Amino acid sequence: MCESCGCGDPALMPVDVHERLLAGNDHVAAHNRAHFQAAGVLALNLMGSPGAGKTALLEATARELGGRLRLGAVSGDLATDRDGERLRAAGIPSRTIQTNSSCHLDATLVHDTLHGMDWQRSDVFFLENVGNLVCPAIYDLGQAANIVVLSVTEGEDKPLKYPVMFKNCDLVLLTKVDLLPHLPGVTLDAFVDAFGRVMPEPRWLALSALTGVGMPEWVQWLLAMRAGQASKKPLRIRLPS
Amino acid sequence: MHELSLAQGVVRRTVVAAQEAKAKAVRRIFLRIGELAGVDGRQLTSAFEVVRGGTICDGAVLDIEFVAASWSCPTCAVAIESGAPLRCPTCGIAAQLAKDADALSILRIELEVDGV
Repeated sequence: MCESCGCGDPALMPVDVHERLLAGNDHVAAHNRAHFQAAGVLALNLMGSPGAGKTALLEATARELGGRLRLGAVSGDLATDRDGERLRAAGIPSRTIQTNSSCHLDATLVHDTLHGMDWQRSDVFFLENVGNLVCPAIYDLGQAANIVVLSVTEGEDKPLKYPVMFKNCDLVLLTKVDLLPHLPGVTLDAFVDAFGRVMPEPRWLALSALTGVGMPEWVQWLLAMRAGQASKKPLRIRLPS
Repeated sequence: MHELSLAQGVVRRTVVAAQEAKAKAVRRIFLRIGELAGVDGRQLTSAFEVVRGGTICDGAVLDIEFVAASWSCPTCAVAIESGAPLRCPTCGIAAQLAKDADALSILRIELEVDGV
């Protein structure tokens, strides 16, 4: 700023901000989280590629639970209400969030959708994100935990290729393990090795929504999380040979 | 392409700062982006150049500080080699990510104001 003659020349003024770029989203997410916690609802952000089996997992979860927990969901998709229809048919009250061109859910989309729902009646509420291993990773929605659904057919190198998604997740559900025998060269050990290279404390479960293998362990995790007793230790199960 | 909505966020935040300071223009916006922030700096810059049009940010430059991802042992501080398992080869405990390796922040904004 010109101090000497007061000529009024444009002058520079530095303003310290030191704020997260996503501060606006974080603020709404904190609001969502406070509501979920106050209502005693376990909110889980379910992420994964298109076709990884997120919706099939929720359908199978409802079957496996057999009414032990009340479920609810919102599901994000660019178009159609298909996931919402499937979830409702599986007995999970749910609403679709059509994002049009947006590649992820954000806290405001979730907040506005919750306003039209009876979400407080759920024990566990799933935020089924848009199928995408990139963008959803950085948007807090107010969830208690991030879960990544990765199907064995996507290949064991996906954690290495999408490290941000896996670094930020609390649990990986490795799905479609019934297909492993049909995938030459693809092994469970290769997935586990990849998890360890992007997650310092990998927690994962292998399961099949089709055959039901691994589903009891997943339900145990849900019940423990709901009771606030989920282990922070590495969580692994071996597949029956 | 979440960079577009992030660029809009940069513009919104900067407009607020500029209004508060009664600035005439915005010269430069300093960001810090970590390698594991999940955001591409070049895409963010391209998006910013689109969305700044018609706002006080028109003509402003994004100055992005990049922070590389590195992991090390929180106990013995040994560095984990890139691509290696994230566990200390000596202590066996979980590695720790370097500070700001997942940062996604606006640090500072340089505004042009009327001289006194």
